[in-house]
Amino acid sequence: MYKLNLSEINAFFAKIAQNEKLYIPADNGKGGARYTEWAEGVELSNACNTERSAKDFFFPQTENLVDFKVNGKKIEVIDSREECEDFVVFGVRACDVKSFEILDSVYLTDPIDSYYKNRREHGTVISLACSAPEETCFCRTFGIDATKPAGDARAYIAGDSLYIEALTEKGSALLSSLGIAETDDTAAVYAQIAETEKKLAELPLAALEAKDFTKKQLDAFNAPVWAGLSQTCLGCGSCTFVCPTCQCYDIKDFDTGHGIKRFRCWDSCMYSDFTMMAHGTPRNTQLEKFRQRFMHKLVYYPMNNDGVYGCVGCGRCLKKCPISMNIVKVMKSLGEVTE
Amino acid sequence: MQKVMIERAAELLSSGKVNRVLGWRAGLFAHDNTPSVFTDAADLQANFVYNEFCGANLSKYLVKESDKEGTVAVFLKPCDTYSFNQLIAEHKIKRDNVYAIGVQCNGMKDVNDREKLEERCASCKSRKHVAYDELIGESGEILDSNRFDMVEKLENMTSEERFEFWRGELSRCVRCNACRNVCPACTCEKCIFDNPDSGSANKAPADPFEENLFHIIRAFHVAGRCTDCGECSRVCPENIPLHLLNRKFIKDINELYGEYQAGETVNERGPLVNYTQGDAEPSVVYERGNS
Ligand code: SF4
Ligand code: SF4
Ligand code: SF4
Ligand code: SF4
Repeated sequence: MYKLNLSEINAFFAKIAQNEKLYIPADNGKGGARYTEWAEGVELSNACNTERSAKDFFFPQTENLVDFKVNGKKIEVIDSREECEDFVVFGVRACDVKSFEILDSVYLTDPIDSYYKNRREHGTVISLACSAPEETCFCRTFGIDATKPAGDARAYIAGDSLYIEALTEKGSALLSSLGIAETDDTAAVYAQIAETEKKLAELPLAALEAKDFTKKQLDAFNAPVWAGLSQTCLGCGSCTFVCPTCQCYDIKDFDTGHGIKRFRCWDSCMYSDFTMMAHGTPRNTQLEKFRQRFMHKLVYYPMNNDGVYGCVGCGRCLKKCPISMNIVKVMKSLGEVTE
Repeated sequence: MQKVMIERAAELLSSGKVNRVLGWRAGLFAHDNTPSVFTDAADLQANFVYNEFCGANLSKYLVKESDKEGTVAVFLKPCDTYSFNQLIAEHKIKRDNVYAIGVQCNGMKDVNDREKLEERCASCKSRKHVAYDELIGESGEILDSNRFDMVEKLENMTSEERFEFWRGELSRCVRCNACRNVCPACTCEKCIFDNPDSGSANKAPADPFEENLFHIIRAFHVAGRCTDCGECSRVCPENIPLHLLNRKFIKDINELYGEYQAGETVNERGPLVNYTQGDAEPSVVYERGNS
């Protein structure tokens, strides 16, 4: 493992930022943290996780796909794609790193999404092991180990040092170029892992079980509990927009006055015009829209992906839903009816 | 309080006086209560909650609930009663189908920082219930609130500073529409921003100014009807102080048309839908714009 003193962390960031853009979680001045481009003076936040997920790096809220210029009867199609610049994201937590795998399974299987792939190839992810999980965290439920996050490299902050190890070739190329000292003395890291494991086991949601609903999909779909769960849902997009694994988008045209920009943007299954077709939308009631979000994460996605769930237990929807409805409440209620 | 409320609700249900009870359902923790409709006493006993995390204003749910058959009982905090009145004035709530129970409020806590009161409660305008059929606990007074302090600060900024302030705040908007969907003044059946045929529907900012326009237009649309219930700022996942836009309008209305509090009564005509000879002339825009 590489090791450096925390007092040198800004010099470490500066070294990375010399060659490529670096993003780290920084305090947002409102009691939370947000990924911020590192520059002199930007400090690493102590927050457990960022309010917005890390999916923005690979799947931004909006992006232009193609431009059109119309001249009389001629339509010129302009491919506005550019090779993305290399960048590094530091401080991604285990749940969010796992969410990249889920996004990959959607965007990197045939047909491959070249926009997503471009960013993914040029991004290097340095994860950061958790040491202070929050009461809303339930990554463990999905078999995610907060003390051993994946990524191209993973870091630990233990005692007064930052420890960091490469997990992929990309990560090892980056780390070896930085001239940091290596160490064999990783006792502090293991002590911290043990301590964090204890904290994880004591979290209020530690006992939450992910039930296998895939064999009872119709029972789950028809469960009477949906009515109560969705009863006061506002149909806003908060839960889907803060979610690191929500991956749906819409494609729209925007008339700039000088041409047409075809862009895509995050969509939400909670919205009234989600998957709107000529005949209307297939899910007219909020119950159906609400059910879609959770069925997708707990049933449809696992059915198509060897039992892997479409939720990583980051807890963002627990914090941000205006009516405090969330996937944990859904899992508990569904668990009871499909027993 | 909670115990008395549960007992009363159960009594109302069993006597047949009401068919449903709109209240708050306890969650996984003490601070994640969900608005919910109760129909039986056992469920009330087990799950009904009233604590300092019942910020959600239930009055908007009455638009749907009062349109159903039968009577619905609802628990309203002081500020919620203003929204309730306003919705009745706008003919959105069928008053006859509602049994309103005012409940005492000592201020709601901020879910993100549980030591603190919510912003709107720290600057509470009134602990007085302006509408109810019965009251549980005490009703307080209209308060001498400091709620316009920040608006004044913004007014005293140069226009460049103010522009910077709002760009900084609004640029974080993700267009989740939580602010709009929770707002008791936003009851259009199809919002123009959701209507694909309107030409102004957008799920995301198509250009960097789009989300600013969304908020400015929304603030104009609720002006004179916004009771300053504070729900928009409470629910914003990006912590944008949306209430400041609305408070600016409220402050302007107070200054240009005389003190007015939306929702204080049901029968009054709001200043923006009324004409009096003393009304401000449109040209006031030029005078004020130069300051
Ligand atoms: S559903 Fe909720 S807890 Fe699960 S990944 Fe999405 S935001 Fe996180
Ligand atoms: S579950 Fe919550 S966050 Fe999601 S759409 Fe409904 S009210 Fe909004
Ligand atoms: S604003 Fe006032 S009345 Fe409303 S919840 Fe807060 S303290 Fe209670
Ligand atoms: S709640 Fe906040 S983020 Fe969502 S649309 Fe409103 S201002 Fe934007």
